[in-house]
Amino acid sequence: MSWFKRATKGIKPQTKKEMPELWLKCEPCGEIIYKKKLEENSHVCNKCGFHFRIQSADYIRYLLDDGQFDEFNANISSVDFLKFKATKKYSDQLKAAVKKTGHNDAIRTGFGKMFGHEVVMSIMDFSFIGGSMGSVVGEKIARAADEALNRKLPLIIISASGGARMMEGAISLMQLAKTSARLAKLSENGLPFISIVTDPTTGGVTASYAMLGDVILAEPGALIGFAGPRVIKQTIGQDLPDGFQRAEFQLKHGFVDAVVPRDEMKEKIRDVLEFCSDGAQSSLPNGELSNEEVEKLAAIDLPLAGDLDQEQSN
Amino acid sequence: MSEYTLEFEKPIVELERKIREMREYSQSENVEIADELKTLEQKAEKLRKDIYSKLTRWQRLQVARHPQRPYSRDYIERIADSFVEMHGDRAFGDDPAIIAGIGKVGDRKVAIIGHQKGRTTKQKLHRNFGMPHPEGYRKALRVMKLAEKFKRPIICLLDTPGAFPGIGAEERGQAEAIARNLFEMTRLRVPIVVIVIGEGASGGALGIGIGDRVLMMENTWYSVISPEGCAAILWRDSTKAEQAAEAMKVTAHDLLELGVVDKAITEPLGGAHHNYDESARVLKEHIIAELDELQTLEPEQLVEARMEKYDAMGFFNE
Repeated sequence: MSWFKRATKGIKPQTKKEMPELWLKCEPCGEIIYKKKLEENSHVCNKCGFHFRIQSADYIRYLLDDGQFDEFNANISSVDFLKFKATKKYSDQLKAAVKKTGHNDAIRTGFGKMFGHEVVMSIMDFSFIGGSMGSVVGEKIARAADEALNRKLPLIIISASGGARMMEGAISLMQLAKTSARLAKLSENGLPFISIVTDPTTGGVTASYAMLGDVILAEPGALIGFAGPRVIKQTIGQDLPDGFQRAEFQLKHGFVDAVVPRDEMKEKIRDVLEFCSDGAQSSLPNGELSNEEVEKLAAIDLPLAGDLDQEQSN
Repeated sequence: MSEYTLEFEKPIVELERKIREMREYSQSENVEIADELKTLEQKAEKLRKDIYSKLTRWQRLQVARHPQRPYSRDYIERIADSFVEMHGDRAFGDDPAIIAGIGKVGDRKVAIIGHQKGRTTKQKLHRNFGMPHPEGYRKALRVMKLAEKFKRPIICLLDTPGAFPGIGAEERGQAEAIARNLFEMTRLRVPIVVIVIGEGASGGALGIGIGDRVLMMENTWYSVISPEGCAAILWRDSTKAEQAAEAMKVTAHDLLELGVVDKAITEPLGGAHHNYDESARVLKEHIIAELDELQTLEPEQLVEARMEKYDAMGFFNE
């Protein structure tokens, strides 16, 4: 009987060579698009206008002057303090997500300029555990709001999230409170907060900072809601209307100020920034400090903060 | 009081039934078994103590959801000397899943807000099983702002399986309503005492749950999502809710350890549903003690301390 015995154990598939995807398919319209072409078009389908989900790095390139992003707090990372395990261990999920995205968590925060206006920019990465908000996202937003407050800069948050991170239990829920508290303080001090909502933004992120912008701008077609459509469908036992919870639906119901195509977003944000600031090139609401002065302050503050942090972690 | 028996209470209920039968027998047959009865009663008491001191997270969750558990209205009736319920958000409608009003606890003038569940089927439907719509959160905020205007403290009682996930709720901005409440509650210039009296499900609970002091009754749960919801997403199987409750660590004891809540309130033996009056008395005692402490703070100190409280929540490496 040995004639059909396998010489080597197990099935060994041929190792696939990693081929860079040169062509992408637009899911809604079926158009096959050359990747380079798509990138030139802000990752928007030139046939149907579908907005592909993109990463923080792409937003940095599309929105900030010269793609310059002076990131802060990049080293803050999540800990599995509940020793959480479902079908996978949270600690393993974290490792995999860090490896996949090259980032430490689902949000990046930093300084940048938009048409010369200095801003504090925070961008979520949906590819990091569904853009879920746990301790790290909460803390980084809190600190970003603090930077905006201390330097009297506008705060911008680009949201993309399935909601609060279940693997951190009630602590994740408390991040809604923590971020909202910081934004309330920012608002009280007369500083602008612009919320950019992208596909998808649901759950705890929508129920906190995403809906708290002085101005809320949404990308076309973005799913924006509290409960996810699957949960709603299950609860009410009926099909959901076409376009339910999409950006245009939220516009119609009065929960976003405008739906803005990606390639117009930067100009639109500039218009808002100009309304909120006094000088032509200054984002300072009261013009107390010039940009140069702010930069000087920044140069003094940053290394100090770094030293302190290191001391604390020792 | 409880006709509804939880699985883990069955040994107690069985023993109590035996005691009852023996007592009836001794009375009808005129047999003297008082000593035996007393021993059995002590045994039943000890059994209850034993069982309740070792409840798993899942079992506590069952107590939190017990159909005879006291709801907000049951507490308000017992702790408030007067209560004027207010209705409507002045924009769309009134939401019976949240009750809000102004009144007195002793000689203190307070606003009281609470999720409200229903007892009978009809009431349950009327209260939407304690799952609020956006107008419920907006009504709550309106009453909280009224309290702030007249410098009265606010008491919030949390007991919801979640904010309602429905078409109308989304159309009217469920997320915005909750977000707005978080934003405003963090800056209210009056003391806020929050108590989880039953279920604290996610944003639906937190939407009226930001406070200077957050307390949990002993047999309640509070988390980022219901164990069923968590199981459905992370295990793709909602029957794994028990594991999800264990994994998320949802009880008063857990949240005390995590620093999410300030205190756990001891319930009468066998759960709050065994003695409404005693539960309400203990609750009132805690509320008054917290209000006494908070009263000494200036509004600015209060708001600053509240922000610091939430700022401190989170675990990360740096």
